[in-house]
Amino acid sequence: MNKTVDGNRRIIASQHVKIGQKNRKDQTYTDPNKFFFETEGKAQFLTGSEVIKEAIRLASVGTSVAYPITPQSEAAALIGELFAEGYLDEYFRGESEFAVMGQCAGAAFGGHRVFTTTAGPGTLRAIENFPMWAGARLPIQVCVTCRGINSPLSIQPDTLEMHYLLETGMMVWHAETAQDLFDYILKGFIVAEQPDVHLPIAVCCDGFFVTHTKDTVVLPPTDICLPPYDPYKSPVPAMDMECPPVRMMRDPFVMKSNYISYATHASWQQEVRGAMERSRKHAIALLDGLVDIENGDQEVLFVTSGTAVSQSREAIRLLEKDGIKVGLVKIKTVRPFPTEEIREATKHAKHIFVPEFNMAGWMGREIKAILPDNERVVTAPHVAGGMTMPSEVIVEQVKTTLGIAFEPLAQRG
Amino acid sequence: MSLDTVKPSPGFLEHLPIEYKDLIEHGPYGEQKKVTDMGKFKELVEEHPMCAGCAMGLFIRLVFIGLPKPEHTVMVGTAGCGRLAISQGNIPFVYGNYGDTNAVATGIKRGLELRFPEQDKDVVVMCGDGGLVDIGFQGLMHSWFRHEKFTTIMLDNETYGNTGGQESGMTQKGQIMKMSPRGKKDDKMDMMGLAEVANLDYVARITPTNPSRVVRTVRRAVMVAREFGATFIQAYTSCNIEYSIPTPDVMQDAFDMEKKNYGFEEKISDRAKAFLDEIEKKDKKKKKK
Repeated sequence: MNKTVDGNRRIIASQHVKIGQKNRKDQTYTDPNKFFFETEGKAQFLTGSEVIKEAIRLASVGTSVAYPITPQSEAAALIGELFAEGYLDEYFRGESEFAVMGQCAGAAFGGHRVFTTTAGPGTLRAIENFPMWAGARLPIQVCVTCRGINSPLSIQPDTLEMHYLLETGMMVWHAETAQDLFDYILKGFIVAEQPDVHLPIAVCCDGFFVTHTKDTVVLPPTDICLPPYDPYKSPVPAMDMECPPVRMMRDPFVMKSNYISYATHASWQQEVRGAMERSRKHAIALLDGLVDIENGDQEVLFVTSGTAVSQSREAIRLLEKDGIKVGLVKIKTVRPFPTEEIREATKHAKHIFVPEFNMAGWMGREIKAILPDNERVVTAPHVAGGMTMPSEVIVEQVKTTLGIAFEPLAQRG
Repeated sequence: MSLDTVKPSPGFLEHLPIEYKDLIEHGPYGEQKKVTDMGKFKELVEEHPMCAGCAMGLFIRLVFIGLPKPEHTVMVGTAGCGRLAISQGNIPFVYGNYGDTNAVATGIKRGLELRFPEQDKDVVVMCGDGGLVDIGFQGLMHSWFRHEKFTTIMLDNETYGNTGGQESGMTQKGQIMKMSPRGKKDDKMDMMGLAEVANLDYVARITPTNPSRVVRTVRRAVMVAREFGATFIQAYTSCNIEYSIPTPDVMQDAFDMEKKNYGFEEKISDRAKAFLDEIEKKDKKKKKK
């Protein structure tokens, strides 16, 4: 579990030989601490897709592979424009999400910083690759713009696909806003590439709500960029024949039935999870904690992630009008899960509501699983299939649970 | 970086196992080894867990000898018998998900070309018929039509050998196998034809009956891929277990197949032919000296 991390601590291992030098687009490779904490930003009004493009403009990405699927197609195409302008070394369209993730794996094996985007059914088509990335310790970033995955078909926002990512060994961060999305993409590369982490990362956001709406986002100037990826800081050898050959990737454990092969496989899986644990200290330093807490001393709390947080904020405002005070715990990283933070933040809460944009209520289950007295957790309201979650619905859920009479929204005509 | 990649730090060599010392002192680095030299140099793959008499084991051994620059080669494979031997070779071997070989190889080749513009880095996909024409078909086709600069070698044993003898797209029509209990309904897939449609610069069909020819074919395919784009070798590497070929008859079966329907065939584009003539002339000159 979490060790206390000093609030002033900054990311380590940021000394790259290229810091201070310029790239071919005249951007200066900048120390991440300086980049994130000492750079003056400027407010702009952009869609989430444009924000993804602007993040990648500053991210010193080597390879990006694209494939169309709503709602990430626009972002993927905008990254293509960056390639045309010379910001990336390589960009092309793959032939399916399964192939795209394989192409990403190849580029990462070869020593590139790799970024791709996917969504919904694409995430599920790609999913075989994700545990492979984690096991091969490839710090690839995939931006997942969540949408419905079930039949009948839906292209609308729904976070069910995130549930499938939870045990892949990838870090999973969940952006609430376009600003979060921008920050998490850039910070995600830095955390994922730390030598003691070196894992893939899924930076998730809710499709359309974040990708297709305009929002004010504070962006740093475009004449700076992150230091490039250094493949020789990887805990496993880069596949470039510049270091002694390794004989196999995962082969010996597959076919053998003996204790050593089981133990080797199991210990590597533990190591991947250990790397995930080690990512906490870096994520805490860069994200200023794995959760954000507002009025955490209240007896009623909303604990959730993504745009469900935004809807909860509005519900808090509505409830306050009725004299009901509610606090908020915003979860920023779903993997690693902020277990200690949530336990601490909900210590005094009597009612914990988990609003979610999916049918399964997986976030509610995650929270129930780590809390004592978990009958306090109300895993509702849920919406699914692209439905919006009006703040009034959250308000009604709170009032129902607290036994406060109200006129239901549906009867107002 | 060449041989330096396998050389240990000074003072360590004497403490390494004899196999490793042999590799450094007598490995196939820096010059193209010949089949007739087998036994006189340290091969990159020697021990492997393939079945007794497996033709695929022999073929893979020959492929490793044919690589023009093993010190700068990365291999990509997938599930199947072949990887059991390939993973024992002294070359980095990427083994990803089933069917992703040609996508992964695309990423590696492009990444390495950008990172090492002054140094040829060869990427070779080597895996079975199931991995390439069934589950990996989409990736294979797209890598061909994009003319990705790597070689694909199909170890065609006409079955899923590793999982116990199921029908594959490369199984011959009428053949009774697991999952085709009434005999395979459709023809063996015409990958040579598809390679032609995709306009590959070098395509070859081969059996392991003539070891020198295997080595030459592999070298040609890798050199052309490095220069122009995707190349393909379809190699008959029988499964003596699933096709019940007695071990002493494995090579006879290869000769029979070669006569019947697996004759040696090489399709080389004009530009690749001119390129190969040039480098092979140089090789001859070297030998004369």
